Amino acid sequence: MDINVKSDDLSEMENAFNDSIQAGKVIEPKDWMPEKYRKQLLRMMSQHAHSEVVGMLPEGNWITRAPSLARKAILIAKVQDEAGHGLYIYSAAETLGMDRSEMIDQLLAGKAKYSSIFNYPTLTWADIGAIGWLVDGAAIVNQTVLAKCSYGPYSRAMLRICREENFHNKQGYQILAYLMRGTLEQKEMAQDAMNRWWWPSLMMFGPSDKESPNSADLLKWKVKLFTNDDLRQRFIDRTVEQAQAIGLKVPDDKLKWNEETRHYDFGEINWDEFFQVINGNGPCNKLRLKQRNDAHSNGQWVRDAAKAYAEKKKVN
Amino acid sequence: MDSNHQWPTWEVFTQKKQGAAHEHAGSVHAPDGEIALLNARDVYSRRQEGVNIWVVPSAAIIASSPEDSGSFFDPANDKMYRSPNFFKTADGLKQI
Repeated sequence: MDINVKSDDLSEMENAFNDSIQAGKVIEPKDWMPEKYRKQLLRMMSQHAHSEVVGMLPEGNWITRAPSLARKAILIAKVQDEAGHGLYIYSAAETLGMDRSEMIDQLLAGKAKYSSIFNYPTLTWADIGAIGWLVDGAAIVNQTVLAKCSYGPYSRAMLRICREENFHNKQGYQILAYLMRGTLEQKEMAQDAMNRWWWPSLMMFGPSDKESPNSADLLKWKVKLFTNDDLRQRFIDRTVEQAQAIGLKVPDDKLKWNEETRHYDFGEINWDEFFQVINGNGPCNKLRLKQRNDAHSNGQWVRDAAKAYAEKKKVN
Repeated sequence: MDSNHQWPTWEVFTQKKQGAAHEHAGSVHAPDGEIALLNARDVYSRRQEGVNIWVVPSAAIIASSPEDSGSFFDPANDKMYRSPNFFKTADGLKQI
């Protein structure tokens, strides 16, 4: 773009951009885009990629303690998928002009956000079930919509992720379903996980749209197609019956089917807690950052070896 | 803290099955082509999505520019006779 364009021309280009998005155009990396669009997308996509990567930590915590060889194998595959998802999204985000190393540096320095849900601890095996079912379930609701967003590389990464995410959701649900068919202790363990993960999962959709500063722009640009509240409602409507089917109680006294709206009414979300966790005061914020930094430095020898090997081959 | 050297990116193309065309899947970072292939397999083909993978240095790809797409594709614009729909045939006549 010519840096000398007048502001009139710029707003004209922006209008044309907005119109083309309204007409259903998908934006590709080399297309002209308003700086704000690029920045918002980069913010969203890098946060999303970081979430996939940090999301490996609470689950990785249980790989060695998964109750059977099959469960171990499944959990390893799931955690490996999360690494893959992080890489898909970093790769898509790089098309907006920021190197992956820069994004990763921001994460390691504690300057980048990732989904707050991963700042909660995984205390029991049932938590692995709850994460797969609820956390990945909420992610599916979000990502299915993002797969239709206006930025081509993001949308394609989401399509790929959605295809894999259903496995995560089902393996988690199955873990809880098995526990709910077990001893009283196992049932209590499953219910306890449900009690701890339900509300944080609802918070994953972000603050109510009235309080969400970026929503209006993102909706206009079709980066978001539905509001946070819409998607939260969709998640609740789909999940409540799944809970009931295996005998889990949703920890919300106000939860009630509303015949008129054809949706579930639900209780007030504790947004104070949400903002506390976002601002670094959740149960595991510091731990996650340390674990991520440790994982990064523990992998240093692998990066060094790969580089040395490539250089050695170049010489020969 | 520094995530140090950033390896170059490689564009990944996967072939779904024998006989199909290779399709762009995304990109990976790697110090060389051999490791790029291994990374591409782990990132883009964990569920038998491919029977063959190409990796190409991203810098080697030369793309047409979206701003010039009008004039660039212009030569094809006025040659509708290249489409079979351009030719009218009698109704009910069977096509080859």
